[in-house]
Amino acid sequence: MKSRDFVVRFAGEGGQGVVTSADALARAAAQVGYHVYTFATFPSQILGGPTWTQVRISTEPVQSQGDSLDILVAFNRYAYDHHVSELRESGVVVYNSEDFELGSNGDRSFGIAVDQIAKSVNNPRAANMVVIGAVAQLVDMPLTYLEGFVRKRFTRGRDEDAQVIESNIKALRAGGEAARKSGFVIGELEPPTPPAYEQLLIRGNEALALGATAAGLNFYVGYPISPATTILVWMENNLAGKGKFVHQVSSEIEAITAIIGAGYAGAKSMTATAGPGFSLMSEGLGLAWMAEIPCVVIDVQRGGPATGLPTKTEQSDLLTALHPAHGDVRLPVIAPGTVEECFYAAVQALNWAERYQGPVIVLSEMALAERSQNIRRPDLASIKPERRQIFAGTNGYHRYDADEVSPMPLPGGPGAYVANASEHDGLGDTTHLPERHIRGTERRFGKLVLLNDGSFETDDADSPVLIMPWGGSKGPAREAYNLLRSAGIDVGWAYTMFLHPLPPKLLELLRQKELVIVPELNYQGQWSSILRSDGVKAESIRQYSGLPFNASELADKLKSRVKQHQGRKVHA
Amino acid sequence: MSAKNPEYDFKWCPGCGDFGVRRALEFALTARSQKYELPMSNNVVVAGIGCSGNLVHLLEGDQPFGIHGIHGRTLPIAFGIKMARQELNVVVVAGDGDFLSIGAEHLGPQAQRNLNVTCVVMDNGVYGLTKGQSSPTTHIGVKTSSTPFGKIEDPVKPLSLYLELGVSFIASHYSSKPKELAGLIEQAMDHPGFAIVHVQSPCTTYNDTYEALKGNKAKGIEPLAVPIPADHDPTDYKQAEALLSQPTIPVGVVYRAERTTMDARYVQMIAGVRERTPEALAKTYAI
Repeated sequence: MKSRDFVVRFAGEGGQGVVTSADALARAAAQVGYHVYTFATFPSQILGGPTWTQVRISTEPVQSQGDSLDILVAFNRYAYDHHVSELRESGVVVYNSEDFELGSNGDRSFGIAVDQIAKSVNNPRAANMVVIGAVAQLVDMPLTYLEGFVRKRFTRGRDEDAQVIESNIKALRAGGEAARKSGFVIGELEPPTPPAYEQLLIRGNEALALGATAAGLNFYVGYPISPATTILVWMENNLAGKGKFVHQVSSEIEAITAIIGAGYAGAKSMTATAGPGFSLMSEGLGLAWMAEIPCVVIDVQRGGPATGLPTKTEQSDLLTALHPAHGDVRLPVIAPGTVEECFYAAVQALNWAERYQGPVIVLSEMALAERSQNIRRPDLASIKPERRQIFAGTNGYHRYDADEVSPMPLPGGPGAYVANASEHDGLGDTTHLPERHIRGTERRFGKLVLLNDGSFETDDADSPVLIMPWGGSKGPAREAYNLLRSAGIDVGWAYTMFLHPLPPKLLELLRQKELVIVPELNYQGQWSSILRSDGVKAESIRQYSGLPFNASELADKLKSRVKQHQGRKVHA
Repeated sequence: MSAKNPEYDFKWCPGCGDFGVRRALEFALTARSQKYELPMSNNVVVAGIGCSGNLVHLLEGDQPFGIHGIHGRTLPIAFGIKMARQELNVVVVAGDGDFLSIGAEHLGPQAQRNLNVTCVVMDNGVYGLTKGQSSPTTHIGVKTSSTPFGKIEDPVKPLSLYLELGVSFIASHYSSKPKELAGLIEQAMDHPGFAIVHVQSPCTTYNDTYEALKGNKAKGIEPLAVPIPADHDPTDYKQAEALLSQPTIPVGVVYRAERTTMDARYVQMIAGVRERTPEALAKTYAI
């Protein structure tokens, strides 16, 4: 039988070509029309350290990193020892025989002298090609697919192009030949069905950055922190220009207060950080809420608390994203669940910030930030950047007097006022009058109705039990949901990336359900606790290992929870 | 109440030095607006937390824009405003607690950038609004509500700190002569780069230093605040260092250096950058 899907993991030491091999295979497969999904973890050190990246390649859209491995490429003994347990029964290990030998232990494995083969084709830098040639042979993917990729990548207008291309293709073929000689076969991958639309192969953080740029971002500052640094680097390389400002600043405190200054002055401003930096931004976010200043903060979640797990994934910043500051505050939060949604989350965050004149949080996560996926190319012409209402009247204006959002004066224009972190009157001057604090508080919360336009999706929504993941758990949860449905289990699906404010129609639906099950990557069951406080009978399935959900394991847990619920009903 | 707002409910104590600083800033902003024929709304006053920060609400006459933010963060807020809108004149007003304790981490980066903003620091050597605790400029041994047995830290020397950090315009005065102080603030605003006017602004309730600053002939007290000699060359770093080694408080421009500003550096940098549209950026990811 032809297979539709396979997972290969490249594991080794940082610097051994783990990431470049995975990227090359993903790009080559995407170019011929397969759907691809990479997943990586990195050590918290610059050079060396155990690292791995896996690629899932499928004839259909992929929603998770895949449960077990069809192929493990082990660049060293440590990688073999630590990953071989995740190999499925029919899986095969390809290892670098220049680094170690498995001997009689490796009955489902074969070694390749990677560097020696690369040298034999006169291109020592083509070791990656030897490896991916072998992988392609194992799944019977025609080498012509990979050859097309090699031609595209190495056609760079240089004299040596032809020679480089030829040696890389030789490396691919030599790797393929080594795999063929091993006698192992994983299966025969079906040919791809290329989508009719244009696609991008892009990482989550890149999609966020691109989306923000498309929405008219013109001020970005940030401080390096894993796993948000790539957004800062992207901005430094791509945003700088006339009328725009991008800069690495001295701390996250400087980052948040600088984007507040810029937002106050009229810019569309943003920063990105991870948990520790987000904690430092607490007081600043309170200022932006209090003084009603548009700005966007992306929190790319990692394991916490404190320094936590800098390079692992978790969904444990939800409560702090909603309530980062002391006092009566609940910030708008958008949590994209896929690489494609990262793009639109950034667009909507900037639009929301302008519309309600306040801070908006985008909650991404490590597993989303660093994976690359093929997505439908966003139609940039359809993106409509919103602009705040700007005051154009005469001096003596009381910006904060109305009970709803009101036009914002900009320095240089009419209506000079004080944007104040203290409770204030219409002019922005400090006040302690109870009626002012009551009106001010109600005004700040009242503006959130402007953000009720979030979209959501449901399936089989008539079912009394719904599965509702959030953020990056969407993909594995959707695969698990599909498994439950195909097993004939009566369960429905609900999802939105707009966690606050939650689309009112969705909340109405959730409140009618007997049970809403929330798969989420934190100990406390953060999203289900919020839903319960909103009158939804929600419960979490929790994981806090630093790793994303495995779809089939999650399906088992969901199945038993749904069955338990149905059983309870029968007995009642 | 303030002149513009009867509801506003904050007052400085009688005799507070900040009254004089407010007058000086009003003079300087008005003079600047007239000189460059720019509206008052072209000015943004970024205020810190403490007695002095309330200055932004108490300004009389034609109103500049203001932002009264959180404790210690005047400089990065001003950085954000200035780099988003380089045509604006941005002035920071803060006290010694806000600027030199909780906010001290922000001084170095702005000095290294030569951010083109002016800071007016009101130094009263005490936390007044919280009722008399020791501040970074409180002298060692001084008893305050938070140092009942005497302070056991040396005071920071603000002017020497600014000079060492690379601040490109440093002036010093006290609050009793608003017209003179206004002249220094005007010079600071005209200086292309990071400018600090450090003002001794006595707290009549917790740390009344008027007599020490101005001296008292009858009591034989020599004034602590002494005009900078006419032959002092503020462009000479060594002379500035020598001036600051004196035990007195200098009145006038201590140091001034011509350096490229942050905004000019940024403009130079992007001159060589090839800008790409979102469309072009998206294309780089096309499969």
